[in-house]
Amino acid sequence: MAQHKVNYFQDGGAPIALTSIDKFVNWGRSNSLWPLTYGLACCAIEMMASGASRYDFDRFGTIFRASPRQADVIIIAGTLTKKHAEFMRRLYDQMPDPKWVISMGSCANTGGMFNTYATVQGADRIVPVDIYLPGCAPRPETLQYALMMLQKKIRRESIFRSHKRKRLL
Amino acid sequence: MRKYKNKEDVQKKSYFNDRFYITPSIPRQKVQDDEVFFDDLEKLKENFTLLDSYIEIRHLVIYINASSNVEVLKYLRDVCSYDMLMELSAIDYIKTKQGFEIFYEMLSMSKRKRLRVKCFIKQKEELESVISVFKMANWSEREMFDMYGVKIINHPFMKRILMPDDWYDYPLLKTYPLQGDEAASWYEVDKIFGKEARDTIGPEIRDSAAIDRYDTSRFSRLGHEVEFGVEVNDKSLKQVSTSYQEDDKPMFIKKLNPKDSITIKGKR
Repeated sequence: MAQHKVNYFQDGGAPIALTSIDKFVNWGRSNSLWPLTYGLACCAIEMMASGASRYDFDRFGTIFRASPRQADVIIIAGTLTKKHAEFMRRLYDQMPDPKWVISMGSCANTGGMFNTYATVQGADRIVPVDIYLPGCAPRPETLQYALMMLQKKIRRESIFRSHKRKRLL
Repeated sequence: MRKYKNKEDVQKKSYFNDRFYITPSIPRQKVQDDEVFFDDLEKLKENFTLLDSYIEIRHLVIYINASSNVEVLKYLRDVCSYDMLMELSAIDYIKTKQGFEIFYEMLSMSKRKRLRVKCFIKQKEELESVISVFKMANWSEREMFDMYGVKIINHPFMKRILMPDDWYDYPLLKTYPLQGDEAASWYEVDKIFGKEARDTIGPEIRDSAAIDRYDTSRFSRLGHEVEFGVEVNDKSLKQVSTSYQEDDKPMFIKKLNPKDSITIKGKR
């Protein structure tokens, strides 16, 4: 009898896992990041390619949503113009907390080559950006990497600690 | 392309004096050279006052009085069969001539000829809309107003087309700075957060020659990303871990050992 005793505390011994609330919540959050479909310029093509079958964002639990109410992360893919900035901020405000922002490509990061009157010189003037993804346009692999970095960042967060106030609010 | 000059002795000269090269203007031909254009011009001359006319790269160019633009376009469409208005816009001559040159590019499908009607207006003068003749002019005239501030009379919807409605000034004027004026540089901040947020957000960084010593380490090297706001120096860069997965790995996920991963040598 003693020979067949099950050690419940070994891995796979019992269908239970001991963890902390933080880890559990962050595990859920980081593995189902739903981005808002938000393509502004040529980066949108790369973003679409990342979502399609070859690069397959679905395996990260990342499914593009067409509504800000269902989205956790907004990928600013392309040139953000001054006329559009207002709507960009409105979409960001409509997303439920917790929410994150990936600024994809040179234009969204700094205005890029559009050093002109009509372009916002960096999306971080409008919304607090979590991940700056360089490139013009970044390849799908780099967008995947940016998403992985965001997951890593989310896993470090604590749900009890009040959120570190983001820069723009 | 500018004409090639032999530059073998450029080094021997004290200076190279071709610096402010002025593009030669395109040679103008007489209208008599082209029969079709000549007929059209004769007809036009009977009905309207033409200030100038010539042929420039297979285009007949005519200068008219700005007040008669609708009648001329209507006549060209109905009588001379220039049935399409391809493009219309303005050219900024405020500095030299205190006004705008308005051009209408027209195409005759039956004659396979192109014609350009030009007129001149003073800076504050208004122009009659040609929508009654060509519907296409609707958006083009709005664009002309948007970019140059040329006001159009009898336009059904005289409103900016590209820039936001509350935009200050007209961006395609020669006097308008490429990187925007004061109002443009704070436009999105003022609109979204209000003027009081200017201090917290700060001015735009417009210096395209600015070089940040840590740009490479922030942006380019994979695995060396640094969080925003963290002071970047050599010490903090070393502290950043290079692996995607933390030491206390997330639940249910197998820790990736980089040594176990396989690099595929070629494409399958």
